[in-house]
Amino acid sequence: MLEMLKQSNNPEICKPLVEAVIAKSKEFQKKFGRKPAFMEVCGSHTMSLARTGVKQCLKEDVNLISGPGCPVCVTDQRSIDAMVALAEGENRIICTFGDMMRVPGSNKTLLDAKIAGKDIRVLYSPVDTVKVAEENPDKEVIFLGVGFETTIPILTLMVGEAEKRGIKNFSIWMTTKLVEPVLRYLLDAGEVNLDGFLLPGHVSIVLGENSYKYLEDEYNISGVITGFETAELLSGIYKLIDIALTGRAAIENNHPAVVSKTGNRVIHKWIDQYLTECDEAWRGIGVIPKSGLDLKPEYDQFNAKKRFTVEIEEPRKTKCRCGEVIRGLISPSECQLFGKACHPMNPIGPCMVSAEGSCAAFYQYMRESY
Amino acid sequence: MCVGVPAKVVKKMEYSAVVDVMGSQTTVGTIFVPEVEIGNYVIVHAGQAMSIVDETYARQSVEEWRRLVDARNAETVE
Repeated sequence: MLEMLKQSNNPEICKPLVEAVIAKSKEFQKKFGRKPAFMEVCGSHTMSLARTGVKQCLKEDVNLISGPGCPVCVTDQRSIDAMVALAEGENRIICTFGDMMRVPGSNKTLLDAKIAGKDIRVLYSPVDTVKVAEENPDKEVIFLGVGFETTIPILTLMVGEAEKRGIKNFSIWMTTKLVEPVLRYLLDAGEVNLDGFLLPGHVSIVLGENSYKYLEDEYNISGVITGFETAELLSGIYKLIDIALTGRAAIENNHPAVVSKTGNRVIHKWIDQYLTECDEAWRGIGVIPKSGLDLKPEYDQFNAKKRFTVEIEEPRKTKCRCGEVIRGLISPSECQLFGKACHPMNPIGPCMVSAEGSCAAFYQYMRESY
Repeated sequence: MCVGVPAKVVKKMEYSAVVDVMGSQTTVGTIFVPEVEIGNYVIVHAGQAMSIVDETYARQSVEEWRRLVDARNAETVE
């Protein structure tokens, strides 16, 4: 089995696959007089396309546009500022994913707050936050709940665990995001011309293949669910071009080994039990109705937004264009700050910080090839 | 960050399992994949197993890539 799984990065497979994609794109270009354009809507796809060299190999033949798939990047500035302000409170332990630590708030980052003495902890497994709360009964322990559909179910597990153990000093600052509302926003806005979406591999584990039917039925646009390894990315792009050549729209599952038609039903039950839809603000977009999930009112005791008040000022304005990068309107290098005032050592916007950010991917792997 | 590397289940507990990822072992939650068995490969996100890798489909994907590659190589030779 392991040997079979390793084939997804076998050069003997990947190199000819690059050629096959380019040949298929030439066919498309001959028919339509332009390059095909696809958007990846997962931050890990953005990073994988850059890291594996797929994006560079295809740059003359396929327009691959990064979309709003990095959870830290799409979190709006007010939310970032609110989370930093939350961490400034007394007698608190803030637990978070590592990506959040260096995201610039209007005045400081969580890392700045930690250096100044605040107790802010990076956890790989969010569920460990409940253990931290149990071990520190005299402190309020708050997890910063940032994430898409793959991370959201894990937040419900935390609440379930805290409930089971009777822990009162644990809560989550929920600021979650859903894929469907933002895809609908992008398509309704019509700002980017696309021939299809490279759909997220792990979000789709939760949602399932059938959940994307609206793309085909309501928007007449295609999507291919794709994994993160080289051959998976290349075959996903190949299928998108192949579908586009037919002139019809279709949804295809190119990651069937882990993504089912209906998604993970156990996870659906957890989400249904604990969460309800809510409006969420997105960076560069504004509020999209019902584009996130919040705890149901019966779980208010675990909802940090119901338990703590934070005061924030109007976010500081910068020349950062992360909002346009997220919407696929510009490439990172089109931002005047990119690589100059804004770089990984001094990020101005979240897309330069996150391990899934378009600007970070571009800076690390592609800035010399464009 | 979504990690595409599958983890092999080497020990199973009630709601967790010990998994091996390229020689390193760690414990992950299995509450979302209650049917998981020792020897299965799972996709892990933030400490939780989210899906079990289906061997039949994994094999089909590799076969599909090889068919594309063979077709490409045949075109190149011609």
